[in-house]
Amino acid sequence: MNGANLRQKIAFSVLGLVTLLVVIPILLILYFVISRGWSAITWEFLTAMPRNGMKDGGIFPAIIGTVLLITGTMAFSLPLGILSAIYLVEYAKDNLFTRLIKLSVVNLSGIPSIVYGLFGFTLFVVFMRLGVSILAGSLTLAIMSLPVIITATKEALEAVPMAYREISLSLGATRWQTVRYCVLPYAIPGILTGTVLSLSRAAGETAPILFTVAAFYLPRLPNSLFDQVMALPYHLYVISTQVPNMPEKLSFGTGLVLIGLVCLMNLVSIILRSHFRKKKQW
Amino acid sequence: MGKKINERIIETAIRLSGFAIIAFVILIFLFLLKDSLSLFRAYSLKDFLTGQKWLPISEPPTFGVMPLLMGSVMVTFGAIVICVPIGVATALYIAEVAPGYLKTILKSLIEILASIPSVVLGFIGIVWLGPFVKNTFHLNTGMCGLTGVFLLAFMALPTIISISEDALISVPRMYKEAAYGLGATRWQALWRVVLPAASSGIIAAVMLGIGRVIGETMVVMMVTGNAPILPKSLLQPLRTLTATIAGEMGETVSGSQHYYALFAVGLVLFIITFILNFTADIYLRKGRR
Repeated sequence: MNGANLRQKIAFSVLGLVTLLVVIPILLILYFVISRGWSAITWEFLTAMPRNGMKDGGIFPAIIGTVLLITGTMAFSLPLGILSAIYLVEYAKDNLFTRLIKLSVVNLSGIPSIVYGLFGFTLFVVFMRLGVSILAGSLTLAIMSLPVIITATKEALEAVPMAYREISLSLGATRWQTVRYCVLPYAIPGILTGTVLSLSRAAGETAPILFTVAAFYLPRLPNSLFDQVMALPYHLYVISTQVPNMPEKLSFGTGLVLIGLVCLMNLVSIILRSHFRKKKQW
Repeated sequence: MGKKINERIIETAIRLSGFAIIAFVILIFLFLLKDSLSLFRAYSLKDFLTGQKWLPISEPPTFGVMPLLMGSVMVTFGAIVICVPIGVATALYIAEVAPGYLKTILKSLIEILASIPSVVLGFIGIVWLGPFVKNTFHLNTGMCGLTGVFLLAFMALPTIISISEDALISVPRMYKEAAYGLGATRWQALWRVVLPAASSGIIAAVMLGIGRVIGETMVVMMVTGNAPILPKSLLQPLRTLTATIAGEMGETVSGSQHYYALFAVGLVLFIITFILNFTADIYLRKGRR
């Protein structure tokens, strides 16, 4: 028995050490980006146009571009994602069509982001003639975000107790009334959490926007949805690989702003989750 | 009656959205196929699949996908060899060993890692990991397969950890308790009972991890050196399927053979990830039963 206990001690220590091996690089990267990037973050950096071939000035248009893209993505993916999840949970029968939808969600979540970029380019930019534009980029990112939103919404809807639906239906409500008044209100927190999470992913993506919206260097704000924009992740790619003699400080600063934005969105989703969990009624 | 009409509209919209999801997958496939077929009208499928040279702008151009495919396979294999043991061990630690407060901290850290944009990791690879690999292995350049392997392994960890952890947690308590009842230590129960019972979930985690790695674009484009030659070792520059599309798409003329060839590369990626996800889904279902 003593041998077994010793072996357990060794095994658990090894597991702990391996976990440390995962944790340390994460902390190091965060420390590295924050400590090197922090000095670049000034009011001017956040609100000025880039100058001198991006080696000076700020990243304002890239920030605005990313915010516009997130908004556009949400506008398309949120309704579509929620409605299709409602279909899967509340309406679908267990048949071939339903299984096909579920399979499609699984596969959408696995398609590489660069393939979304190719698809967005042929469908939205070329075929639908939207051009390289905010609209084309948002649509591409929206399709990419769908699986996460659908999965989160599905889980949120499934977590609402069956009794809620049965009572509502027994009182003569139609199926849609039941969904609208007795299921959706309780699923909103889960849906929001999933949405914010998927949007934070979309905000950090580079590959899907390469050919659909991102501008290499465009020191002005867009006038319409058919304009190109700069975006934070693509800007970081450009200044760290395509611009010679780029001051490292600015690259770290851009990386920090990008990580900050993504973490902020994650934080919002965590707060939403815990806030609503406290109010949960079942 | 107004309400009825509203209801019919919204229910139609709900059904249509369900249909739209299927339509997107089919559309993606068809659009890739359409442009790929334009290539294969002029260039033989066999030469594309088995060709050893990717020289899209020489005269005449050759579009052999082998160097790119091998580049992808090699970095993916390297990354998976590193991250599967580490990921599963971390999942075991989080699910079964760590005390409650530590569990929360670890899980949030993994979530942070999952949300770090790949372009940031690529940047770290350029300024930090690349030079490190170069000096450690005495190479001419740190921008090589191995640098990509390290970063990709790191990026695939959240997928592997969270799905393995789910699989471990969903093993019924009774299994463990039965093992304890027979006098097993916690480790013996974990190693001999819980881990085998969670195996199909862990296989799914590995599959999805492979999918994540093979589809990753920015990191490999930024750190693996972008040399479209058949790689002999991970210590030399190489190029993956994804990086080829990302790097060359901007320079092609729409409608040229090169342009269509990139869609064919996209189709190869689509098919690979389709198979991986399909298989992973089967294993996940098996695990749930």
